[in-house]
Amino acid sequence: MRATSPAPGQGPAIELAGVTKQFTTDGGLPYTALKDLDVRVAPGEFCAVVGPTGCGKSTTLTLVSGLERPSAGSVAVHGEPVTGITPGVGFMFQADAILPWKTVLDNVSAGPRFRGVAKRTALTDARDWIRRVGLAGFEDRYPHQLSGGMRKRVALAQNLINEPEILLMDEPFSALDVQTRAKMSDELLSLWDLTRPAVVFVTHDLEEAIALADTVVVLTAGPAATVKARFPIDLPRPRVVQEIRFERQFVDLYQQIWEALRAEVDLAYTQTTQLGGKEAS
Amino acid sequence: MTNTDLATGTAAAGTRPEELQAAHRARRRRRQTLVHLTQVLVLVVVLGGWQLLVQGDQRGIILYGLPSGIVSRLQTWITEGTAIGSLGAQIWTTLQEALIGFVIGTALGIVCGIALGRIRFLSDVFGPFIKVLNAIPRIVLGSVFVLAFGLGLESKILLVIVLVFFGVFFNAFQGTREVDRNFIANASILGASRWQVTRQVVLPSAFTWIIASLHVSFGFALIGAIVGEFLGGYAGLGVLIKNAQGTFDANGVWAAMVIMGIVALLAEWLITRLERRLLRWRPAQLAGPDL
Repeated sequence: MRATSPAPGQGPAIELAGVTKQFTTDGGLPYTALKDLDVRVAPGEFCAVVGPTGCGKSTTLTLVSGLERPSAGSVAVHGEPVTGITPGVGFMFQADAILPWKTVLDNVSAGPRFRGVAKRTALTDARDWIRRVGLAGFEDRYPHQLSGGMRKRVALAQNLINEPEILLMDEPFSALDVQTRAKMSDELLSLWDLTRPAVVFVTHDLEEAIALADTVVVLTAGPAATVKARFPIDLPRPRVVQEIRFERQFVDLYQQIWEALRAEVDLAYTQTTQLGGKEAS
Repeated sequence: MTNTDLATGTAAAGTRPEELQAAHRARRRRRQTLVHLTQVLVLVVVLGGWQLLVQGDQRGIILYGLPSGIVSRLQTWITEGTAIGSLGAQIWTTLQEALIGFVIGTALGIVCGIALGRIRFLSDVFGPFIKVLNAIPRIVLGSVFVLAFGLGLESKILLVIVLVFFGVFFNAFQGTREVDRNFIANASILGASRWQVTRQVVLPSAFTWIIASLHVSFGFALIGAIVGEFLGGYAGLGVLIKNAQGTFDANGVWAAMVIMGIVALLAEWLITRLERRLLRWRPAQLAGPDL
């Protein structure tokens, strides 16, 4: 079920319908992160989710991956309800999640080896992916010997080697400096083009969202965040992330989406300042 | 380079990298020499002072021993053997008890610590029991073991296991609890089973904690073996110390202690090497400012 097989309109890759997610805080009080959230992502679609701080963007991803269950509503991947860790899903975390005691090669080959692929095949595949993300020659390094950008590439290769049909990304490049970030975005797009998984890319950076995505979903301010609006991005591909932002169409889209986002950001800001950080994150 | 050069070295050495490097190296060498000289001086003062203060006093020699007496006692033990057999056999007996107990205690500690750390139900059930067991002075169990298992190796090994287990257990447990949730989530999504997560994520991560406890635990292992021999035994360094004490032979007690110290230092060196090997993946500690 790679991007080549499912024809468009065959049914969504991801469907969240009427999803509500409640947590209990340390004090035992319930906190509603998401309320009546509806999101659909088609196979091969690149969907960016933007929203103010603490609106439950990351929660959406943990629900799709199966790390968490919704309190109400349904989460389905390829029509199947999510009950455990969703198979065929890759997840790039905001913080480094590659294993520091494994070399680059062992990190990238970890997925196939967990799944029982023969060691030799897994290592050959891993070498291929390491080359594709531009880390050839670094196979035997440990993560602490790499730069932040290189570690992100390892994480990317580690996920893509499993050929996921769905790639979930939680502000994956937010810790990188601006130039590295733009470079990484370009590379992400060209790698995405190889296998065309459906992507949900969570970010607080609207520019990044528009430059990368087919669709931008704006969430309202939390608590009880939900979808405020959905914008199709019809900029032509292939795109060059650093240059696309000067195009007229890009600027128009930016203004349009920012209109929707601004009110929520303002609301979130007044909330956090009023609460004095009581309900941070 | 002369001393005056060095004093103004940093400022005057100029900007050429070789000069800076040479100055840096000279400064470090000088510092190291100073440290070693001071260490020798401390030893000379302590041992020499001891020798001089006690030397003339017959009663003092019996009560406190003498550095020169300790050296000659060690010589006799090495060349002629001890009253209960050759010195090597005594060291080997104690070492055997300590090592076997250490290995078993460490293995049990790691397995139980990780199991309880990973499985909530187990930790809820056994947590209170382990706290109680940890609270009692476990060294007393040595008497129980000697009574139950006799004067041979078994009673000492059991005591060592009991002493080693808890330190390793608590560190393994805590280490398991402190594993970065992101690592576990990432590995699970990549397809790792619960067992694979334990083996490849939890164990290596907890190892930083476990290995820290091994340094302390080996000390406990030696203590356990010696105390066990004290409480009742035929051979070993503990018996040697007990006999020396019984015959007012302070030099003998000290000599046995010196041997123990050497054994402990060797073990420490081995554990440090193991640590370096297993924790190769960690970034090297950066040198702090040279104050």
